Amino acid sequence: MSDISKYCTGETLLLDCGSGGRAAQRLIQDLFISRLGNPTLNRLDDAAYLELKGPIAMSTDGYTVDPLIFPGGDIGSLAVHGTVNDVSMLGARPRYISAAFILEEGLDLGLLAHIVESMGNALKTAGVLMATGDTKVVPRGVVDKMFITTTGVGEILVPNPPSGSRAAEGDVILISGHLGNHGLAIMSSRAGLPLPSDVRSDSACLNHAAQALVLNLPDVHVLRDPTRGGLATTLNEIAQQSGVVFHIEEAAIPVLDSVSQGCSILGLDPLYLANEGKIICILPAHDAEKALEIMRSFPEGQNAARIGRVKAATGHEKTGQVILDTRLGGKRLLPMLEGEQLPRIC
Amino acid sequence: MSIHRDISALLNNPALCSALLRRLEASLKREFSATNPFRFMEVCGTHTVSLFRSGLASLLPPNIMHLSGPGCPVCVTHDREIACAIELALRPDTLIATFGDLMRVPGPDGRSLKWAKAQGARIEIVYSPQDALALARAASDRTVVFLGVGFETTAPTVAATILAAQKANLSNFTVLCLHKRVPPALEVLCSSENRIHGFLLPGHVCAVTGTAPYRFLPEKYRMPSAVAGFEPADILEGLVSLASQHADKAPDVYNQYSRVVSTAGNPRAMDVLYTVFEETDAVWRGLETIPSSGFAIRPEFAEFDSIKRLDIRLPEVKKNVQCRCGEVLKGRMKPTECPLFGKRCTPSNPVGPCMVSTEGSCAAYHAYKL
Repeated sequence: MSDISKYCTGETLLLDCGSGGRAAQRLIQDLFISRLGNPTLNRLDDAAYLELKGPIAMSTDGYTVDPLIFPGGDIGSLAVHGTVNDVSMLGARPRYISAAFILEEGLDLGLLAHIVESMGNALKTAGVLMATGDTKVVPRGVVDKMFITTTGVGEILVPNPPSGSRAAEGDVILISGHLGNHGLAIMSSRAGLPLPSDVRSDSACLNHAAQALVLNLPDVHVLRDPTRGGLATTLNEIAQQSGVVFHIEEAAIPVLDSVSQGCSILGLDPLYLANEGKIICILPAHDAEKALEIMRSFPEGQNAARIGRVKAATGHEKTGQVILDTRLGGKRLLPMLEGEQLPRIC
Repeated sequence: MSIHRDISALLNNPALCSALLRRLEASLKREFSATNPFRFMEVCGTHTVSLFRSGLASLLPPNIMHLSGPGCPVCVTHDREIACAIELALRPDTLIATFGDLMRVPGPDGRSLKWAKAQGARIEIVYSPQDALALARAASDRTVVFLGVGFETTAPTVAATILAAQKANLSNFTVLCLHKRVPPALEVLCSSENRIHGFLLPGHVCAVTGTAPYRFLPEKYRMPSAVAGFEPADILEGLVSLASQHADKAPDVYNQYSRVVSTAGNPRAMDVLYTVFEETDAVWRGLETIPSSGFAIRPEFAEFDSIKRLDIRLPEVKKNVQCRCGEVLKGRMKPTECPLFGKRCTPSNPVGPCMVSTEGSCAAYHAYKL
C-alpha cells in the first residue's frame, strides 16, 4: 500500500523489543511516551493512579483493520475513537484509556510511530488521557502487523443514563449524519478500488456531542454508535432490547450519493456498513428539534436527520422488528446483518 | 453518472409506480383473484431482491403472486459441485479464488468453504476473475482454482480470463467451470406442472445473449415473457406486458429493458464465451441434470480446466431429503411453505442454498417479508 510505505523508514521492530529489557524500554520511551505521555502515564508504575468521581462507565475493544491506514484514519485513531465513543454512549465523560499493542516482528518503526502519533492526536481532540499501556512483540506471521486493544473509563454525568433498553413508544429516532462512509472506505481500499473524493472514513470522537446531548436533554433514552453491522443491525439490537417496533423512513436516511453508487457496484448495502463517527439518538418527540440542533452544532453532526419513530407492535408486527417504509411507499423488514457482508456474483 | 442517477430516480418514482400498479390490477381483475392469482416467475436473483428491497412486493395487488425461479447462481449450484470445490480447497497445493457468496453455501454434509478455510484451506474472495489471475501470479507454488459460477452474464468474463491466462503463459491458473445457461432451465419449468402464467426474464443475462434464445417460450409453449430491468418501474412495466400478453392470448418476448438489451445481445461477449466454452449437460440444485444447460471448457483449453488438471470428478452425494430448495426453485412451493423455513433453516444456519445467497428467494423472504 503506497499510503503505508509513505511512513516506513526501513527500521524494523525486533523480537528483542518485547523482552522487557533495555530494548523494550527504549521503544516505550522513544516511541510511545514521547507521543502519548502525560503525568498519569509518565509515572510508569505497574498500574495507573486514576482520579474519578461517581459511577463509572467502562468499555473495551480490540482493533484489527486491513489496511492499517485508510482514507480518513488509521488503526491508531480508530482504537481511540471506538473506545471513547462507546464510553460516551452511556452518557459518560471519558477520562482515561489504556492500550495494549500486539506487534508483529519486522513491523516498520516509522509506521508504528505514525500510528501512535495518530492515537495521540485523537486523544488530544477527545480530551482523554492515555493512562497505561502494554506492548508485546510476537514472531512474524503470528499477527497481521498489529492489533490494538483499548479500554476506556469515564464518569457518568447524568442520574438516569441512556441505555439500549430505554427506547419507548412515542420516541423519535435521530442519526447524526451520512451512513456507510467508513465501511465503504475500508472495503474499497482493501479491494484496491478507486474512491470518490468525498468518501472517507467518518472515524471521529463523539464524546463532545454526546455530552452536549445528555447534559442539555435529560430525557435522552438511547445513545448508540452504529459501528459493525451498521445502522440496520444496531437498530435491531435496540428494538429487541427495548421490546418495541421501529418504523424507519427510507427517504430520510442520510447516505452520500457516492456511497450509494459505490455500494451498488460492490453489491453492498450502506445501512449494513460500519460507521465510526455517528450517533443514533432516541428520545421523546418534543425534544427532537433541540437534539438535532445540538448535533448539527458539531462538525461531525452537520447532516443529522430524523429517520424514524418508536411504536408498539400492532397487527402482523412483532416486538423487536425494524420496519422500513420504502421510498416507493411499500413496507419491508430492515433485518439484522447475517455474518459478514459478502460481495455477490452478478 | 448523473444520467444513470436521473433514470434511477425516475424509475423509482412513487407516482409512476402507483400508476403502473393500478394498470396491472385493472388488467388482471376480470380473470384473477386473491384465491386464483396471476402467477409470474422472476428468474433473476437481482429481480427477487429488488422486488423486496424496494417494497414493491408489499404493494403488488392480491391477485398477483410472484414466484422466485432458478435465477440465483449460488442457489442452483448443486451439492455435488460444492462438495467438489471443498475437496479441491482441502488439497495442500491449491488456492481457491471465489466470489464471496459461495463461501457459506453448505455442502451435502453441512460443510462449507468457510469451514474449509477454518481448517487451513487457502481461499480468497475475489471481485472479478481477473483478481484470480493476479493471485495465480503471486502464488506460483499453488494451483489457483477459480470457482466459475454464474450464468451467461458472468461466463464471458471468465472465458476472457482464460484467454488472458493463455496469452500470459500462466500455468497455475485453472477454472472449475460450473457455469449454467438459463434457457434450458426455463424449458424444464415450462414442461413440468407448475401453473406459471409468465416469466420475467433476466435483464443482465439477456444483455449478453440477446432476446432471441427465449423465442421458444411464446413459440413452443405459448408462454408470455418479458425482459425487464431492475428498478421498480422496470419490473412493473414488464408485469403489465405479461398481463396483457396473457389477456390478449398473444405471447411474446417483450423487451422492456431496451436501454441495455437488444435482440442479438452482445456478439463479442458471445464470441469469447463460445471460443473457450462449449455447451454440456449440467446438474442444477432441485432440477438435477438438464441437457445442454451448462458450459464446459473446450478440450483445446484443457490446461485451464480444474477438472482435468487436478483430476477430480463431481463426487456423488447423499441427497438432503429435508431441503425443499428444489421445489422452491421450480415455483411449486413458496419459501414460507417449506417446513424448515425460519425454523431449522435460517440465514445464520442455512440448510439449503436458497437461504444462503443474499439473492436467494428464501433469504429474501426471511430478511424482508413482514
